Amino acid sequence: MNLRRDVFQAIADPTRRAILVLVATQSMTAGAIAANFDTARPTVSKHLQILIECELLTQEQSGREIHYHLNAKKMKEIADFIEPFRDMWDERFNKLEEVMKKYKSKK
Amino acid sequence: MEKKTKVLAEEGKQELDIIREFDLPVDLLFRAYVEPELLEQWMGTKVLKLENKKHGGYQFETTDPKGNRHGFSGAIHEFIPNERITRTFEMENASFGVQLELLRFEPTEGGRSKLTMHVVYESVGLRDEMLKLPFEWGVNMAHNRLEEVAGKLR
Repeated sequence: MNLRRDVFQAIADPTRRAILVLVATQSMTAGAIAANFDTARPTVSKHLQILIECELLTQEQSGREIHYHLNAKKMKEIADFIEPFRDMWDERFNKLEEVMKKYKSKK
Repeated sequence: MEKKTKVLAEEGKQELDIIREFDLPVDLLFRAYVEPELLEQWMGTKVLKLENKKHGGYQFETTDPKGNRHGFSGAIHEFIPNERITRTFEMENASFGVQLELLRFEPTEGGRSKLTMHVVYESVGLRDEMLKLPFEWGVNMAHNRLEEVAGKLR
């Protein structure tokens, strides 16, 4: 469970969430990622480091450059975690809608 | 099927929002929360007490598949028909503490309605535990099913 908590802490930060959105469409170098933010380069590097430690990002060396990829599997784990709670409410509310539609037609 | 319910739970906060739009006029949506026999149908709980008024209280009870009874109760702080219910909620004999629930009902276009449930927990940790509950139930159910299957194989 500790690992999960770390992942949640990682995505709590708005800059880190923005980084994940950026690399979701294509892998990028640290420089290209940093160019999208007003924050200092070392700050962006620190965010990248945290995302790598939580396995949300993976690094790939291509020539002299390092590209950052989104780890889709890990992202799915996060979704899976909140999803059952959402499912529970969604099913409950679907039931409410169904019950009230029947009730309405009976009136 | 696409899910109509949204859950907004920011990390590190002791609150969350559950948002849902219904294909029902707001008065019908509200009624689902105030009439015991309707509430019993969609919540799957027995309604022991439901006083729909300020200073009122409520008491629900569910029976799990093993026959154990679980009580839920709370106090009603605000009750404005078709608009708001503000209440506390507590799972009795559990360690989740009490939570504050602010239910906002509003009409939307085309005779539909929207419910926003803002829930505040005692702490960030307790909110996360509540959030994890259905996840853990899912895991437990999967385990139980595995045990059942394994039991038949024996």
